[in-house]
Amino acid sequence: MVFLNALPGAVAEGLIWGLMAIGVYISYKILDIADLTVDGSLCTGGCVCAVLLALGVPAWACVLAALLAGALAGMVTGLLHTVLGIPSILAGILTQLMLYSVNLSILGGKSLVAIDYRATPLLLHMSNNPMAIVAGVGIVAATIILLWLFFYTEIGLTLKSAGDNPDMSRAQGVDVNFNKVLGLAIANGIVALAGALYAQYKGSISIQDGRGAIVIALAAIFIGLSVSLKIKPNFVVSLIGVVGGGVVYYIIYNFVILLGLKTDYLKMLSAIIVVLFLGIPYIQSEYLHKEKKVPGGKRRA
Amino acid sequence: MLKITDLHKTFNPGTVNAKVALDGLNLSLADGDFVTVIGGNGAGKSTLLNAISGVWKPDYGTIEIDGVDVTNMPEHKRAAYLGRVFQDPMKGTSPDMEIAENLAIAARRGTKRRLVWGVRKAEREEYRRLLADLELGLEDRLSTKVGLLSGGQRQAVTLLMATLQRPKLLLLDEHTAALDPKTAAKVLELTDRIVSEHHLTTLMITHNMRDAIAHGNRLIMMDEGHVAVDISGEEKQKLTVEDLLSLFAKASGSEFTDDRTILS
Repeated sequence: MVFLNALPGAVAEGLIWGLMAIGVYISYKILDIADLTVDGSLCTGGCVCAVLLALGVPAWACVLAALLAGALAGMVTGLLHTVLGIPSILAGILTQLMLYSVNLSILGGKSLVAIDYRATPLLLHMSNNPMAIVAGVGIVAATIILLWLFFYTEIGLTLKSAGDNPDMSRAQGVDVNFNKVLGLAIANGIVALAGALYAQYKGSISIQDGRGAIVIALAAIFIGLSVSLKIKPNFVVSLIGVVGGGVVYYIIYNFVILLGLKTDYLKMLSAIIVVLFLGIPYIQSEYLHKEKKVPGGKRRA
Repeated sequence: MLKITDLHKTFNPGTVNAKVALDGLNLSLADGDFVTVIGGNGAGKSTLLNAISGVWKPDYGTIEIDGVDVTNMPEHKRAAYLGRVFQDPMKGTSPDMEIAENLAIAARRGTKRRLVWGVRKAEREEYRRLLADLELGLEDRLSTKVGLLSGGQRQAVTLLMATLQRPKLLLLDEHTAALDPKTAAKVLELTDRIVSEHHLTTLMITHNMRDAIAHGNRLIMMDEGHVAVDISGEEKQKLTVEDLLSLFAKASGSEFTDDRTILS
């Protein structure tokens, strides 16, 4: 019964993390970059949103501003990687560190800013979970449709090919570096959008929010794709799966809390989920049956 | 069409692994030339093609394509002039994308990509027709991911991609070496057909001396980073493998050695 009561909240929060996981899907799966910027840009989105809401800016405009701020953060990582030649994983860590300072200054030096949900009209808030779920589903659906259309355009196709086969892309006149920057901007824009929704839902943003976000997003991606790839391996089904993965993750999360797991161990739990999803397929292919790697086959976790 | 002047490239300069790959190479190709390139281990064949493609910049020398100096042009910009097929069949296509999407990306080589539909309907019809010409049964598999195709099929699709937007220069880097003999012959036959159909200026590296003699109107043999033998016209038509080996010995002062070259 307690669990059922917690369910709507878990679904609403899961949708927000599922949206964030869509952003990570673009960097991790499409660009083949493990982008650690997201731990910072998620918080940036929340900070921008919370501060603008306090200034009386309408909620939808705050969310758009958050998206742009996240896109900017992604561009910084992309430029560090492509122009300065810094390995992508380190470029992401560097931007993440920069964002900590940026986020603090956005919050005016405070470590936590609250949003007065009674005084400010918000897109979603935990005080009304059914409405939050409706808003969450709407925003997620709009994002998936826009991305689906985008990845069928000329630019979208080259973004995909730049991640899938950089050699082929360059040979076909595709500017791989430009596409990496563009993809990281889109990915972090979506992550910051999720951060803005997260801040509204929770009614606050803390400078600590977003820490370990990439692990939650990867867990959502792996849970989601383990099901959706079996149904139909196409883009839209994958994205829906990823969002579903976020929701499932939060239902599990709430369930283990109810079972009495101390919240201190939750980050460990997230990490273990990711380790299992990455590790088990590897062990299966490396140790159980020694079959030759399929040439050119992309790793699928 | 192509003019290479005094091209030099050393890999790992100043280390014990320093390797002079191109050593003052000069080469001019006339419009419509189909040149086969042959040479021993480390003669600089692939290095030459990579230099033309812009994979890295040469240490010295210039490369002109159709009168444009491309020496310092980045690889993706230079691609507007070039069609490329690699030795590795996995390298030329995007495995996680559909055949039609791969072709559409290639069809827009040299144009600015815009926020418009990436594969138009009329295009799909054209691709279906072009794929039917390959006679590999790919015409009904436009939506198939390229990663599911065989090496030979992928190489044929890559060849189509390289020539969809007619290149000023077609670069074939041992593009049949990784295929089984039957498929290799098929892809080679396809190459001949496409090259002659569009009168493409072509540089084709091969490790098969017979292929080098049978195809194209001109043959060059490379040795230690420069052109050692350059034969064209009637002289090339009468050429035999034995002639080629003795020409090489005369030009380079040593026996031709390459563990991969097929002599007969």
